[in-house]
Amino acid sequence: MDMPPPNPAILARKSELVARLHRALPSDAVISDPAETRVYECDALTAYKCAPMAVVLPGSTQEVAEALRICHEMSVPVVPRGAGTSLAGGALPSADSVILGVARLTEVLETDYENRFIRVQTGRTNLSVTGAVETEGFFYAPDPSSQLACAIAGNIAMNSGGAHCLKYGVTTNNLMGVTMVLMDGTVIELGGAHLDAAGYDLLGLICGSEGQLGVVTEATLRILHKPEGARPVLIGFDSNEVAGHCVSDIIKAGVLPVAIEFMDRPCIRACEAFAGAGYPDCEALLIVEVEGSDAEIDEQLETIIEIARAHDPVELRQSNSAEESARIWLGRKSAFGAMGQINDYMCLDGTIPVSQLPHVLKRIGEMSGEFGLDVANVFHAGDGNMHPLILFDANKPGDLERCEAFGAAILKLCVEVGGCLTGEHGVGIEKRDLMIDQYAPEDLEIQMAVKDVFDPGWLLNPAKVFPLQSSAARRDAAA
Amino acid sequence: MKTMEPESEAELAAILAGAEAPFRVQGGGTRPVGGARDGVPLTTRRLSGITLYEPGALTMVARAGTPLAEIEATLAAEGQRLAFEPMDHRGLLGTSGEPTIGGVFAANVSGSRRIQVGAARDFLLGVRFVDGRGQVIRNGGRVMKNVTGYDLVKLMAGSFGTLGVLTELSFKVLPGAKSAGTVEITGQDDASAITALSRALASPFEVSGAAHLPGGGDGPARTLIRLEGSQASVAYRAGRLQEALAQFGDLGFDHDGEAVAGIWRDLRDLRRFHGRDGDVWRLSVKPSDAPGIVAALPGAEAIYDWGGGLVWLLVPRGTAPAKIRTPLAETGGHATRIRGEAGGGTFQPLPAPVAALQEGLRRKFDPRGLLNPGLMDGPAQMASD
Repeated sequence: MDMPPPNPAILARKSELVARLHRALPSDAVISDPAETRVYECDALTAYKCAPMAVVLPGSTQEVAEALRICHEMSVPVVPRGAGTSLAGGALPSADSVILGVARLTEVLETDYENRFIRVQTGRTNLSVTGAVETEGFFYAPDPSSQLACAIAGNIAMNSGGAHCLKYGVTTNNLMGVTMVLMDGTVIELGGAHLDAAGYDLLGLICGSEGQLGVVTEATLRILHKPEGARPVLIGFDSNEVAGHCVSDIIKAGVLPVAIEFMDRPCIRACEAFAGAGYPDCEALLIVEVEGSDAEIDEQLETIIEIARAHDPVELRQSNSAEESARIWLGRKSAFGAMGQINDYMCLDGTIPVSQLPHVLKRIGEMSGEFGLDVANVFHAGDGNMHPLILFDANKPGDLERCEAFGAAILKLCVEVGGCLTGEHGVGIEKRDLMIDQYAPEDLEIQMAVKDVFDPGWLLNPAKVFPLQSSAARRDAAA
Repeated sequence: MKTMEPESEAELAAILAGAEAPFRVQGGGTRPVGGARDGVPLTTRRLSGITLYEPGALTMVARAGTPLAEIEATLAAEGQRLAFEPMDHRGLLGTSGEPTIGGVFAANVSGSRRIQVGAARDFLLGVRFVDGRGQVIRNGGRVMKNVTGYDLVKLMAGSFGTLGVLTELSFKVLPGAKSAGTVEITGQDDASAITALSRALASPFEVSGAAHLPGGGDGPARTLIRLEGSQASVAYRAGRLQEALAQFGDLGFDHDGEAVAGIWRDLRDLRRFHGRDGDVWRLSVKPSDAPGIVAALPGAEAIYDWGGGLVWLLVPRGTAPAKIRTPLAETGGHATRIRGEAGGGTFQPLPAPVAALQEGLRRKFDPRGLLNPGLMDGPAQMASD
């Protein structure tokens, strides 16, 4: 994965830039000592590292606007950063860039239970949004697995999902409004406490734009009352194909579970060895969770179990209590930790049409042999969002490259069967060069034209999302 | 003027690439929001047909001109539906013809269930369209989770054909409900009705419709709360809501399937306003602000949906847009004229920097100004107000 070489003309302006930023912002909001900027050299895609020229940590929308205005005037690229949990390199700096972190913007600005929204600064973590409303019985629905650490700003930039989006949708379906700062320092408001913003759906457009169109400093988020309860059923099968059919039949039957999680044998074994959740040793496991009152849950689980029985499961375990639910979820929730104990791994994020599941799993198994690397599959089956985990050894020369090639082959397969490169992690640098496998040149051109409108100088997170070759002319014109 | 009716995406692309004069883009022509406009009529009616339907994956792909009725019938045969419940505008606007799926998404038409499941734009997964330069563009796909590149799918939804002519759409569908019931409160004034609806919507009981019809000539005010699911579940939740809302008087519960479907269909299509003289406005506001906004507009008749967040107003013909929008300047929200004389003010004027972004996008997608010129026109709109 290449990053464009830093522009020496920009590097030469560092001291002037830092001086101007210091004049405009509180002294502790600007970091330029190389020992300290190192902290920001990567996000959760740790294979790639590069310290930025400087880091700014503004404490208000106004300070964000000031910082952007200065960088704009001096033609310095800016890489916005939430909590730095991106698995796609979305917050990876370049040596000639300024990292603009929202970590100090953590306030809750307004909670309104009557109208069912919360307004927060976007440096706040995903889980602490729910934390701010749960005493009243409410929650914020999107729940990416990094929710303890990840910031709302990053959730908006990547349009994050989670395990429960089959029922509740992803970030874009729960985002009602934003305060956003454009690259030239202009502050705009989109949407608010009402539904469906006026004019073009710019709110929908900026959600998932990976920090390339503006820096979101405040967000109005939809909150919901928690369900009365939720309980899963664990279903084991001796074939991936049968498990896939079972998912499809559950959906067709008109039950809408809040989550359908799928694990294959390598994943089941790893989780079992790590967490001892009592999973059967079988080819495929489904965890299907439904919500409601006790009686409503029983009624839905009964329907699901009846469907599952028709597919000859090797294991069927209905949860009847909170303890049993926790035990069923224990293995699944420790999947990533379990994998990390075995080896280094790369987590992919392609999405496929649910009907293609058996075919794709079979092909991934075959490719695992071809590339000589093990892979375990865990994913959100209800919406087709796969997370193959490829195991490799970072200390072994050539392993990372082989792993990346294997990953690219899997993602191309996702596109080939009618799916896409990324369901919830974003493109970043990781999948940037695969975009040509999903989109024709004119499809990419019009997306870049959108960036031209919001950020004509291509200063915001410029070397991401689009293949470097496609965006070269625009980035060069800016420099 | 002869209507252009391309029969393929390629033919449409050729028409737009070679065009010199503007077009009035339409699907079935049943929702002429913004009134009559100049331009050669260009319809997607002949770009018709469902190209893929996977009930087990909750997805359908259809060409833009596919009649909505065909889509709904195909879904119903599998016990599924368009969960966002698009309104049929024909009765309100006095139009005829067949609504198309492209028109539904181009106008982002969502009904009562929007409050629970989201708007039309939330269900749109992928688009193909021809832009103003005659280029075929693809964005999104047919899977439910997709963050690959910018989300032009959302941008196209609700852009009223001003950025491109939709040719094919893929969208998420949902299972239909096994049964439905309506909990009803009668005789509430607007403010207490919205309070009651807010309480219902802030409960765990999965309300799928929350509307208020103020009292008038045909009887007392009716506040309606819809529940859907298995019979046992609907009955249970109705009981819990009746307890929670007991302070609002005796609450009725209707679970007769046809009656429930009828009342929500009438509400969705604004049957109460059919055949009545006057302009019709659609306001999207913070729910608790709604009664105050309506009270500030004497002579306006209101229907509240989305727990008060959507207000339909019937006002005297020719009511000035500024008059409708004055209260919104204080509260936030926006107003669109759905029925009324053509002219400025149909769409909410936007703050200058947002209008500039909108105009900038329009110039990129349609540099020659061929697609529905004058519609959704930010800065020009402001001038004409």
